[in-house]
Amino acid sequence: MREFEYARARDGREAVALCEPGARYLGGGTNLVDLMRLGVETPARLVDVSRLPYDRIEAAPSGGGARIGAAVRNSDLAAHPVIRRRYPMLARAVLSGGSGQVRNMATVGGNLLQRTRCPYFQDVSKPCNKRHPGDGCPAIEGDHRNLAIIGHSDACVATHPSDMAVALAALDARVHVIGPGGERVVPMPGLHRLPGAEPGRDTVLEPGELITAIELPAPPPGRSVYRKVRERASFAFALVSVAALLGVDSAGVVRHCKIALGGVAHVPWRAARAEGALLGRTAGPDAYAAAADAELALARPLPRNAYKVTLARNLIVATLTELAP
Amino acid sequence: MAEITLRVNGVERSLSLDTRVSLLDLLREHLGLTGSKKGCDHGQCGACTVLIDGRRANACLALAVACDGLEITTVEGLADGEELHPLQAAFVECDAFQCGYCTPGQLCSAAGMLREPGPSAVTGDLTEDPALTAEEIRERMSGNLCRCGAYVNIVAAVHRVAAERAREVAGR
Ligand SMILES: Cc1cc2nc3c(=O)[nH]c(=O)nc-3n(C[C@H](O)[C@H](O)[C@H](O)COP(=O)(O)OP(=O)(O)OC[C@H]3O[C@@H](n4cnc5c(N)ncnc54)[C@H](O)[C@@H]3O)c2cc1C
Ligand code: SF4
Ligand code: FES
Ligand code: FES
Repeated sequence: MREFEYARARDGREAVALCEPGARYLGGGTNLVDLMRLGVETPARLVDVSRLPYDRIEAAPSGGGARIGAAVRNSDLAAHPVIRRRYPMLARAVLSGGSGQVRNMATVGGNLLQRTRCPYFQDVSKPCNKRHPGDGCPAIEGDHRNLAIIGHSDACVATHPSDMAVALAALDARVHVIGPGGERVVPMPGLHRLPGAEPGRDTVLEPGELITAIELPAPPPGRSVYRKVRERASFAFALVSVAALLGVDSAGVVRHCKIALGGVAHVPWRAARAEGALLGRTAGPDAYAAAADAELALARPLPRNAYKVTLARNLIVATLTELAP
Repeated sequence: MAEITLRVNGVERSLSLDTRVSLLDLLREHLGLTGSKKGCDHGQCGACTVLIDGRRANACLALAVACDGLEITTVEGLADGEELHPLQAAFVECDAFQCGYCTPGQLCSAAGMLREPGPSAVTGDLTEDPALTAEEIRERMSGNLCRCGAYVNIVAAVHRVAAERAREVAGR
């Protein structure tokens, strides 16, 4: 690991001032420390933001939204009574990520900005456009079984690994940020970006911008859930996952619908076409299959990950059927 | 280099350290507490699990400097003098290990897990705090791998202590 300076900020402004070029914010360190040990990240300074006063979850009275501090630990988010009651898909998404130990350490801000699990990205002996633009992408010809089927480019086919981010993208979360240029709010989806010709940039954040909080609007009426398919029953990243909310009226018509997919793209993928195909339609497996097909018409699988298209389709149908048979 | 002070198993320790040292290497190499094990150094096996301010964490992913001022409990600090922690006693009684390499991490993880509120990924009703069934224990302990495959007896040992605690709470 390369030598680095360590600094602990007392407030957000101080953190931003300390985060000079070459520096990185440190949350729980569960991704960053690992990548530093692998030589993928080589910051000259770490600015520890895990003890900043962004450690609270504030919930508006019943029927309202919630604001989650960026330093809230993943386990505290999932255990919070209001999150469990009001945003079950978010609690379930967080609980399905990592282990009890990882969730105790991981912060909400760090979870959103964790890097891809593409095996070449994590191996500095291999070329990778995300680490070094222009070096090439060995995953396209090589091991891409678990990489993207939608929205990828010739430069990069990586996926975003976060479960929590999938639920946040479905819930229209708003990410509060402070930086050298002041404060701003970035909507989700919209925080993460597709790789295009610049795979080195995972998000629209500028260097030095610090996430301070996530704001959730009041959830639309309906039931919601998060389902994740992986290679073993626990403690593994998603092959494909879905966060879904469905609100069906007394006549059986879909009035509210939010769907996002994980494990399929460089971003938590909001399935807007599927939502559009369902709103106003009579709920039921046929409508769900048509909605899944509308979304997955966008899929461009690679030679060895076409299984994900079928998996995503079946998972969408099964999940929506669970919510409203 | 950085100056840090932390409490390890109730004893205050002040050290001058390279910022790159992990909490795990601090414990093992600098303090000689070799109970916590290094299985993977990537957060994937749980052999390094310790309690940081009472919460279980992977010591291999924690930077020692970031633990300045915090309270660390390792497997060496679980017993009360000569009296084994109930989890340690249950592991012995249930034969919950073979080579023992994962055991310190399993013990610290279980000790932290028993204090963690709320549901897990396998809980049906999220608004409840479920009873710790074998299924719940397996899910909650999934961050601790055992190469010897002693899982059946590990789950039995943890279940025994969880059930004792539940009876104590119910009897109060
Ligand atoms: C073994 C293992 C298994 C895992 N399995 C899963 C899984 O199944 N699903 C899943 O979703 N995740 C999984 N994870 C990933 C885990 O969720 C992330 O590592 C964690 O959420 C990152 O949070 P952190 O606070 O530790 O971030 P850090 O590692 O501290 O930081 C991550 C990145 O975010 C930046 N950062 C941190 N905080 C801020 C902030 N406030 N503002 C701006 N930038 C910031 C850092 O500079 C860094 O670039 C796993 C991790 C491990 C080690
Ligand atoms: S898919 Fe992206 S991250 Fe993986 S090797 Fe290609 S460029 Fe690198
Ligand atoms: S050594 Fe820390 S999790 Fe494996
Ligand atoms: S007892 Fe050998 S690794 Fe678990």
